[in-house]
Amino acid sequence: MSETAEKAAEQEVDLTACNEILDQYQDMQGALMPVLQAIQDHYGYIPEETVHLTADRLNIYASQIYGVLTFYAQFHLEPRGKYIVRVCMGTACHVKGAGRLGDRVKELLGISHAETTEDVKFTCEYVACIGACGMAPVIMVNDATYGSMSVQKLNEVIEKYQKMD
Amino acid sequence: MAENAQNIEVLICTGTGGIASGSLKVAEAFEEEFKKHGIEAKVGKRCEVKKTGCRGLCANDVLVDIMVPGKEGVTYDFVTPELVPQIVEEHIVGGEPVPKKTAGAYYAKFLEKQHRTIFSRCGHIDAESIDDYIANHGFKGIKRAVTMKPEEVIEEVKKSGLRGRGGGGFPTGVKWSFAKGSPGELKYLICNADEGDPGAFMDRSLLEGDPYCIIEGMMVAAYAIGCTYGYVYVRAEYPLAIKRLQMAIDTCVERGILGDNCMGLGFKFNLRIKAGAGAFVCGEETALMASIEGHRGMSRPRPPFPAVRGLWGKPTNINNVETYANVTYILERGADWYASIGTEGTKGTKIFAVTGKVKHTGLVEVPAGVTMREVLYDVCGGILNNRKFKAVQAGGPSGGCLPVEAIDAQVDYDSLIKAGAMMGSGGLVVMDETTCMVDIARFFLTFTRRESCGKCIPCRIGLKIMLEILERICSGEGREGDIELLEDMAYDIKKSSLCGLGQTAPNPVLSTIRYFRHEYEAHIKEKECPAHACKSLLHFKVIDEACKKCGMCKRVCPVDAITWEKGEIAIIDQDKCTQCTSCYDACRFMAID
Repeated sequence: MSETAEKAAEQEVDLTACNEILDQYQDMQGALMPVLQAIQDHYGYIPEETVHLTADRLNIYASQIYGVLTFYAQFHLEPRGKYIVRVCMGTACHVKGAGRLGDRVKELLGISHAETTEDVKFTCEYVACIGACGMAPVIMVNDATYGSMSVQKLNEVIEKYQKMD
Repeated sequence: MAENAQNIEVLICTGTGGIASGSLKVAEAFEEEFKKHGIEAKVGKRCEVKKTGCRGLCANDVLVDIMVPGKEGVTYDFVTPELVPQIVEEHIVGGEPVPKKTAGAYYAKFLEKQHRTIFSRCGHIDAESIDDYIANHGFKGIKRAVTMKPEEVIEEVKKSGLRGRGGGGFPTGVKWSFAKGSPGELKYLICNADEGDPGAFMDRSLLEGDPYCIIEGMMVAAYAIGCTYGYVYVRAEYPLAIKRLQMAIDTCVERGILGDNCMGLGFKFNLRIKAGAGAFVCGEETALMASIEGHRGMSRPRPPFPAVRGLWGKPTNINNVETYANVTYILERGADWYASIGTEGTKGTKIFAVTGKVKHTGLVEVPAGVTMREVLYDVCGGILNNRKFKAVQAGGPSGGCLPVEAIDAQVDYDSLIKAGAMMGSGGLVVMDETTCMVDIARFFLTFTRRESCGKCIPCRIGLKIMLEILERICSGEGREGDIELLEDMAYDIKKSSLCGLGQTAPNPVLSTIRYFRHEYEAHIKEKECPAHACKSLLHFKVIDEACKKCGMCKRVCPVDAITWEKGEIAIIDQDKCTQCTSCYDACRFMAID
């Protein structure tokens, strides 16, 4: 368990929202994934307590839920940064030098794939392909896409977000 | 659009690519400009901004079309909000296109060899407007379908010769007849929009630019097979596609187009979106169904095929997004029309996502049977920086690389397989002489190994070992016999894996060995990377004879390791250099070793 996870574990997680989500999907066939996606949307990650609650209410084993959580890349079991920097590592981006961008993010923020800075401000992810191959290489910060990146442009983008709180 | 004949239309591309280039700001600028100057009163016509889907030329976004009634449409490329007032002033009010800002001759050339059918609506209609869709032959296909018996609809699809556009190329009509023939009241229909191949984005553009077309295609299939319930499984990485499709489904439900009595035509069909959660293997049909059911997305052996026992154990039919889009047009225009396009074994058109080192990256729709050369050179304008073409990777991680000798191959299912690649989803990644083929093989294996579900041993362990060998070769520690070992393992993994992911994962390795064996040998024997891409084998020195003293390398170096004066040869400071390859990529004269 990383430091951020420990900090999060110290705080009580409010389960009201989780219960509401479960009410909504209770009777649906194949409800598990939509429930987990909704929980993650609300909390930003999947807190441990919600897993046990979901197991109880959907009548499945917690181990099964962890099986699903660890299988899919989208689910996260620890809190994540406010700004999520996604470096696309798709084929087109790779050919145009995405590896360089990943290295540069590590130099600037000290984090590589699936890591979060200590102040929980940035999380870095290397993703397979965000489908904007026409403008490779591409990075995303939260929902904003930045195309035709170079190392210099990357410096500017990261700097911009570092100045924000 | 008959009712809007007197409108001046401004069509702005708002696909993911367009938005990333700032098209929403451009749209706002147009709206503001219209309001500020009372333009509508000046020209005596309504001006409206339409947010369309992608029109294919993503490299030059933002693309804007101005459609003045009674005149040819004019296209502007690289539009920024700053340019908008000038366009409005000179073109919309003055009636003359702004010189030098319109898309040049290349744009006409880009469109000339294409045969835009499936994409005919993308970029011309407002993606979110059902009325626009109906005004453009929308729902004609399904209306024609219900005048026939379901069996006749399947016959029509068989006759058209449509083959699955997800990459496998299985005849769609035959697949439908299997599902139709399975006993049972309840059947499911699934649209596979889990476009996981890195380098392919045509499904996304269709969902974003023409969502109703996909819904219509699914309605036709549901009517023909007798499915009452459908799922669209969309990648979680495509938020905009999910949003637009959901909006389209909601509108259809409101208007009674979907529901218990579709369009009053007497059949029941309900549709739901299921967002994936980031697993490449979920594009494989059995894994996709497991994922919808809420399990880990693991494949299972076939038979039983989904047509017999699929989702929740019921007969299920699964097709790709582009396949459903094709169905819509086949039913609207007839099987004979469709069968008249393409080659003997591959009918209709195919959309390719051309990316990598070509001048005009984007989406290209061509009739099956044109050659790869035409796609790359005529439509996409050839290779960037006038470098030499080396290879094109077709079909994503399950496909293979075609070298320069093979680019006169026709693009259809059978010729590509013969050449050692495959049609796959239709991603074409172009590589020039600076791309190392061993590194590309390593890249694809890194991807497939990470995305393997881990259920069967050949794929889980085999790919890992292959990857370790490739990594060793790339870092200059290759050994005699490595190439043979890779080939051996590749054949074993292909033969013994459970699903398509494992069966095709070694393809990139096999095809690069087949065509570029000398590169592997150079890595292993001489510890050299001929393309200068593998970092551990690089020197980063300027070749004095080749240097044209242009200073480009100094401009791109992120750590200021290059000293250069005008008219002087550049010098790289080895202590400062971080070996990022920026200068090597930027140099147009291959002067950096």
